[in-house]
Amino acid sequence: MYVAVKGGERAIDNAHQWLAEERRGDRSVPELTIPQIREQMKLAVNRVMAEGSLYDPDLAALAIKQARGDLIEAVFLIRAYRTTLPRLAGSRPVDTGAMAVDRRISATFKDLPGGQVLGPTFDYTHRLLDFALMAEGEPPTPIPSPRGGGEVPGAAAGQEAPPSPLVGEGWGGGSPRVPHVTGFLNRDGLIEAAPPSDATPPDLTREPMELPADRALRLQALARGDEGFVLGLAYSTQRGYGRTHAFVGELRIGRVAVEVEIPELGFAVEIGEIELTECETVNQFKGSKSEPPQFTRGYGLVMGQSERKAIAMSLVDRSLRWQELGEDFTGAPAQDAEFVLMHCDNIQATGFLEHIKLPHYVDFQAELELVRRLRAEAQTLQEAAE
Amino acid sequence: MPAPDAEARKAWIATLAKAPPARLADLMPELPPHDLLRAPEVGAVMVRGRTGGTGAAFNLGEMTVTRCSVRLADGPVGHAWVQGRDKAHARRAAVIDALMQTEAAPDLSARILAPLRAEAEAHRAARAAKAAGTKVEFFTMVRGEDQ
Repeated sequence: MYVAVKGGERAIDNAHQWLAEERRGDRSVPELTIPQIREQMKLAVNRVMAEGSLYDPDLAALAIKQARGDLIEAVFLIRAYRTTLPRLAGSRPVDTGAMAVDRRISATFKDLPGGQVLGPTFDYTHRLLDFALMAEGEPPTPIPSPRGGGEVPGAAAGQEAPPSPLVGEGWGGGSPRVPHVTGFLNRDGLIEAAPPSDATPPDLTREPMELPADRALRLQALARGDEGFVLGLAYSTQRGYGRTHAFVGELRIGRVAVEVEIPELGFAVEIGEIELTECETVNQFKGSKSEPPQFTRGYGLVMGQSERKAIAMSLVDRSLRWQELGEDFTGAPAQDAEFVLMHCDNIQATGFLEHIKLPHYVDFQAELELVRRLRAEAQTLQEAAE
Repeated sequence: MPAPDAEARKAWIATLAKAPPARLADLMPELPPHDLLRAPEVGAVMVRGRTGGTGAAFNLGEMTVTRCSVRLADGPVGHAWVQGRDKAHARRAAVIDALMQTEAAPDLSARILAPLRAEAEAHRAARAAKAAGTKVEFFTMVRGEDQ
């Protein structure tokens, strides 16, 4: 029998009021503003946008403030808001080859055209706490511009500003494109091709995900999946659970234009720019009777600057392709599409996990009755045996 | 007035969409009389990527977008789709799109679009220069065959 009860309204109101006070913390400390969070907690904002699956830095910053810095709670707020928005259109696929790159590195080619560009990275820092940040000290000295005698060749004072070193070395120049490393391997047929297709991809926010899921659907689920979960799975493939021998062929971070076909205009226009992180892995090769041995690929693309997630995504993407590439299923979690796709969403996981803290009085009452009865029966049997 | 060249219109619509809303408002504080054909509306656009950077399309996630359509008192219709949730930005961009189809185009182009383009280019160049400053120059320490 289902018993409806009510009550606790006053308790809930008071709890929410206290929550607001705790969110504000010590009132002698200045309150955080949304622009402060957006500008100074940018990687947290990026994570909330990526997993909330909605690119809007101001809203992500607001969600972080409201959630008291609980990023999964912030993702939840963004997902809930997202459902209130009408879907106006789908964009043209973004062109990451035209990305204005802040960072672009390759672990496979030292001298790739365009060079290794480190960007604002934590790599090569010593991971020592910087107490100057706590003292709210002087701002760091800006990095010298290449024109001021930096490392860029031909940039001596008084000379014409050099063309961006990221542009077209060995490619005739002139084009702002930054070629993909996989493109070089592709020219020689050493890596599997990724032929373009503009077919409308499936969308798990419109149709419930069904298995088997094609690669487009898997990439969508991974792109919005929990960073920690995807990281753990990717790490498991490196440790031997579904090994794929990945090299980071290329990792790039930068801004791309988003272009949308506007029905009232009858052509596509750029409506804005978003920051993305893209990772392409070059993986173990395999040949067959019809195909000579060639490298295979994994792909990761994430909103914002989030290279841990992008690398992890590309490893898991590659691992999930075992069937298509004729590899053995070894039972590794990262090869199991159902295991990965049904558990990578932290909002679904949180919802089901945390619901068990809500009242289950009736369910529990039934269990309690049952265990009492079983104990009584067991006791009766024991007494009879004696 | 001949119909504007589609390429030119694409370019100015993109410039207006990508302009910082506050800067656009500074450059064009007053809007001429106009009717709203579609009041500013906030929605989402699903951003797509390509598998492997060049392959089949997949859905990456959404972004917020505001769209608006207006008609000027003397007839031309302007449209705007701009990133974010700033309704004033969308409305202003739509009005300027309409005005760019009138005799006012050369003046607006010089007074509004040119500075926006120059500022966007300066911003892009400054970032590219910072990135260039982090480009690695490798030095050969020892070559195996030297030993």
